[in-house]
Amino acid sequence: MSAVALAAETWTRRHLLDVDQLSRLELEATLDLAGDLRGRRATGELGEDARRLVGHAVGLAFYEASTRTRVSFELAARELGATVVDLSVAGSSVAKGESLVDTMLTLERTGVRTVVLRHAAAGAPYLVARNAGLRVLNAGDGAHAHPTQALLDALTLRDALDGRLDGRTIAIVGDVAHSRVARSNLHALTRLGVRVVLGGPPAWVAGFQHWPGVTVASSLRDALREADAVMTLRVQLERAAGGGIGSLGEYTRRWGLDEERMSWARAGAPLLHPGPTNEGIELTAELAASERSLIGQQVTNGVAVRMAVLSLLAS
Amino acid sequence: MTAHFGALTGARATFLLSGVRVVDPAASSDAVRDLAILDGRIAEPGDLPSDIRRLDGDGLVVTPGFCDLHTHLREPGMEGAETVASGARAAAHGGFTTVCAMPNTDPALDEVARVRWVASLGRDASARVRIIAAATRARAGEALTDFWELAAAGAVAFSDDGVALPTARLARSALLAIGPLGLPLIEHAEDPTLAGGTLMRAGQVATRLGLAGWPPSAELVVVERDIALAEETGGRLHLTHLSTAAALDAVRRAKDRGVRVTCDVTPHHLAMSDSWVAGDRTFNWDEPRAAESDSSGEGLDPLRAFDGRCRVNPPLPFREDGLALLGGVADGTIDAIATDHAPHPPERTLVEFADAAPGMIGLETALSLGLAAVDAGCLSLAALLAALSSRPAALIGEERGLRPGADADLVVFDPAGHWRVERKTLASHSTNTPLLGMTLPGVVRLTVAGGRVTFDEDMGLLG
Repeated sequence: MSAVALAAETWTRRHLLDVDQLSRLELEATLDLAGDLRGRRATGELGEDARRLVGHAVGLAFYEASTRTRVSFELAARELGATVVDLSVAGSSVAKGESLVDTMLTLERTGVRTVVLRHAAAGAPYLVARNAGLRVLNAGDGAHAHPTQALLDALTLRDALDGRLDGRTIAIVGDVAHSRVARSNLHALTRLGVRVVLGGPPAWVAGFQHWPGVTVASSLRDALREADAVMTLRVQLERAAGGGIGSLGEYTRRWGLDEERMSWARAGAPLLHPGPTNEGIELTAELAASERSLIGQQVTNGVAVRMAVLSLLAS
Repeated sequence: MTAHFGALTGARATFLLSGVRVVDPAASSDAVRDLAILDGRIAEPGDLPSDIRRLDGDGLVVTPGFCDLHTHLREPGMEGAETVASGARAAAHGGFTTVCAMPNTDPALDEVARVRWVASLGRDASARVRIIAAATRARAGEALTDFWELAAAGAVAFSDDGVALPTARLARSALLAIGPLGLPLIEHAEDPTLAGGTLMRAGQVATRLGLAGWPPSAELVVVERDIALAEETGGRLHLTHLSTAAALDAVRRAKDRGVRVTCDVTPHHLAMSDSWVAGDRTFNWDEPRAAESDSSGEGLDPLRAFDGRCRVNPPLPFREDGLALLGGVADGTIDAIATDHAPHPPERTLVEFADAAPGMIGLETALSLGLAAVDAGCLSLAALLAALSSRPAALIGEERGLRPGADADLVVFDPAGHWRVERKTLASHSTNTPLLGMTLPGVVRLTVAGGRVTFDEDMGLLG
């Protein structure tokens, strides 16, 4: 059975709201499918059986700025044969104060069947899922979830760690509290058998000591000590000021990553970052450009993962 | 089933309820007997006209009418959500004969003329409408309102509900000024510097959902501040909608040393926990669900998670706090169950969680949630009914009791009956409650306020 057919068989979802709704089997099937589509796409021969979205209209509704997520979703949908409608929020009736639900109902009535939603409010995709007849793909909601980012991170990590995630230890460093990327990664990685160690200033990791399968380290060295891979998060600069962490300088001195500090992790541990990076703050430019860095691979995998998810939702 | 509403200006009622369970918490009595109403008054046993209308009370409970210390009637200014008339009908449907209207209307009830006007709207309503006047002009937290004149115009308490008085100095001034009047200052105890920008109770659920968390200290620091000020000034302090065990303990200690402080709790803080924001719909007294197996792939329920109707100030508590608050009602530390009935139109609740207007309707479901707690063994029926009727009424100078000769002010309900909370069964203009669609125990059959029938469901006295 092809990866496409196998993955479709294990998927019964109408929406992708967060990775917490996916079983381990579904997670692994999705990563397998993404890997398969990535390989086919690299050869330039995607194959007709992958063009599962012909005649299917996908709406992109990005209520927050985005480059890599929006572009990769658009490319992914087009690769699968979909018609893509970009609801540019600034130029739409949203700017006139139309409510989220009303805007989504409008999209539905025009014939859009799947919406890719990015929104500043946690839970916005759930609101749409229960009030409109659209299939909803969460492209990031507030600090809550970013499921396709977690999937592409898992794919990137699985490839970098010889195809095995079960039993690994992965460190996530930075502003976990405000990070949808971190939350979705916690769901995905713990479900795939990974032990996650979090590191960051107290205000940015508060409460996470209770998350199942997660430990919180009090120094960068402790966070990295057993790490098979390291993920650092983007510092939201506006949040750093007055956000209960002291200065950005102290953050960088205590939690910033460079090539030397990466040696505190297991030998050869790769580095991930969801982007966009603040070089000189959460990591050095040298580290971002080094061989350890998988940042570019994450972006490439983003298209494959989004193709996989779109084709599964459409099936 | 057909519901009919009456008004305070209707005819005085005469009827006999036979074989009804009469629970009068103030008199510590609970007995199955006949109860007769003659021309709107509780009749002496025996001297009844032979042709009196007889109603079968078998299986029903009759108890003094409920008194809500915390109701938002939304008039003037937000009549699309509720009016005095519709809110009073919701009250009558819930068994309430008195509601105390909070002053956070638009404009606020901060002047004598406004207080008189809203009171006048209630004169022919389905429940007595008492007015809580604003404590500061325009609720702006700067200058105190005219307490003496507002009290003379009928205000039963003062509050800037929605917020606490912003500074300790102003709260102290208010408690000092209110002292000789003997009326309570009702405080919404919440420190805005701790609560600002938060969306739900800080804890594991908030961490999982990525919603900014409200720390219990936001309530406790104002509770402790106000208790200190009440103790120092001798002014009467009433803390509304307590939501944490820590605040309840502070009140308990203050009461023990004689501070003039009272408090209430809402039905939703007793019944619901922060897990409702994540889509859970079990009550605090239900067996907690087994910890979610993390390999199940269940995720959050897309139909219920992030429901804006679960956003409320103070936020829904931890289950342990809800149970502690139930204990406070049971042992009497908590003086009243007050609904904080907060109607909002759909466009303010069927929105992103962060944009949802805080609050839910509560007049029509308060008894039902209380009865569910009684059924679960967390509370005695007498304690529940006292917290809904005689005890809150006493705080605003009203009496409740079923003594012969008194004006009939009572509710008759079927504790074994069930009803479904839905648009067509609610009298409120608004439906913003996460209970919508759920089936709850306890059906109100008859409400009599001041001797007049204000609500009748299939008892045949109205319609």
